[in-house]
Amino acid sequence: MRNLKSIILGLMMSALSTVAFADGHWSTIKIGTEGAYEPWNFTDSDGNLVGAELDLARDLCARMNAECEFVQQDWDGIIPALVNGKYDVIMAGMSVTEERKKTISFSKAYMTEPARFFSLNSSPLSTFSSAKNLNLDDDGDATVGTISALNNAMKGMNVGVTVATIHEDFANKYLDSNLKVYPTQDEMNLDLAAGRIDAMLCDVGTAEAFMETAGGSDVVTFGPNVFGGLLGEGVGAGIRQGDADLKAMFDKAIADAAADGTISKISMQWFGKDLAP
Amino acid sequence: MYESFFKIVEGIPLTLQVVSISTILGIFLAVAVALMRISGSKLMSLPAYYFVYLIRGTPLLLQLYFVYYGLSQFEFIRESILWPLLKEPYWCGIITLTISTGAYSSEIIRGGILSVSKNYIEASGALGLSKAKTFMLVTLPITVRQALPAYGNELILMVKASSLISIVTLMEITGIARTIISKTYAPVEIFLVAGSIYLAINFIIVIFVNLAERRLGIEKAT
Repeated sequence: MRNLKSIILGLMMSALSTVAFADGHWSTIKIGTEGAYEPWNFTDSDGNLVGAELDLARDLCARMNAECEFVQQDWDGIIPALVNGKYDVIMAGMSVTEERKKTISFSKAYMTEPARFFSLNSSPLSTFSSAKNLNLDDDGDATVGTISALNNAMKGMNVGVTVATIHEDFANKYLDSNLKVYPTQDEMNLDLAAGRIDAMLCDVGTAEAFMETAGGSDVVTFGPNVFGGLLGEGVGAGIRQGDADLKAMFDKAIADAAADGTISKISMQWFGKDLAP
Repeated sequence: MYESFFKIVEGIPLTLQVVSISTILGIFLAVAVALMRISGSKLMSLPAYYFVYLIRGTPLLLQLYFVYYGLSQFEFIRESILWPLLKEPYWCGIITLTISTGAYSSEIIRGGILSVSKNYIEASGALGLSKAKTFMLVTLPITVRQALPAYGNELILMVKASSLISIVTLMEITGIARTIISKTYAPVEIFLVAGSIYLAINFIIVIFVNLAERRLGIEKAT
């Protein structure tokens, strides 16, 4: 009974506060995230959404004087659900790419991280050596050479990527491997550990989170840091194309959070390194 | 839209392959389980009973997760001779669907066998037919006839259930549809296309089942 009372009271309070302090159109902002991409956004053992982007979103919302509300959405429907209005913003480790910009707009990038390949330490791929960086914006001989070396090393092997990611685009364009496309990173991690795939391509942070678990202790990284080109301009918040005002609010809040070191702090806490743009 | 249609069509062979292989394997499993159920020996019927109970009582999606992601967690399975099979999503899909249809169909077959009137069996005995001959010449044909409508239903369910294997990286009709959706962000059109393809496959199955029913003269029998 007391519970019920406090719930009702809470609801009334929150309704009141929304009305009282509503500042224009965006007094509450619904943020869609996947909840399966540690440490960006994931679900802890109690079922709560946690991660770097959840912390960042709360900070950004405070800067915008808005209430944050989180909505969990599977990755393969995350853009359609934004367009259909299930939430207003995507913060789900989503890279800003030209391809996605055809459908939605993005805030400026709030974090950037290269992609890398991962294999088991027993795999011949683990000794693959190459240049340290592969910048796809640079189309010189070195870039072409690194790509073909990677392709030769993995020709005919099973390579995993998650669906509709920049990594899938990369693999489709540059690799002649046998592609395995997973709905989530978690499932791909399991198959890499089980030896069903020889390599996976993903963001560094999410793979490192897996390598720290018991199941991922045999996983190692190989090849260069891959960035630029079709891998996009870093991770930003996806926003409907019509909501230019919301994009402007996010751009300003992100710039402020980057300038006062908040993004670096959150990044250090979750990734152990600074991914601030 | 046309482009997507032709891409999704490329998934039909895999869907049909997985469905037909697991259906054929499933029939053998189903007959074995049904015979165990009605054997009269507790040693045979109880395991069969619990098998059917377990498979029918749990979601197919969980069964597939268990076979694909669950079993691969155990080192002794990864080192066993079964691993080359269990490593492949293709075979994990077939194994899961075979077990599922085996359990459901065994109940259909059991019902068919039990529906055969005792009089027929006694009559065959009186004609001097052995037990095996009675089963092959009397019980089995009547069972097939009785079970056919329900089994046609099971075939349709199998075609639809096969869409689940897309979650273990198999690019059949649903898998391809989901990939296209996540790139084009146009879920309605693509799901309509994929749905129509399933509808067409099941339409053909219904025609064949109806033909078979007519040939076996169920109308006359009942």
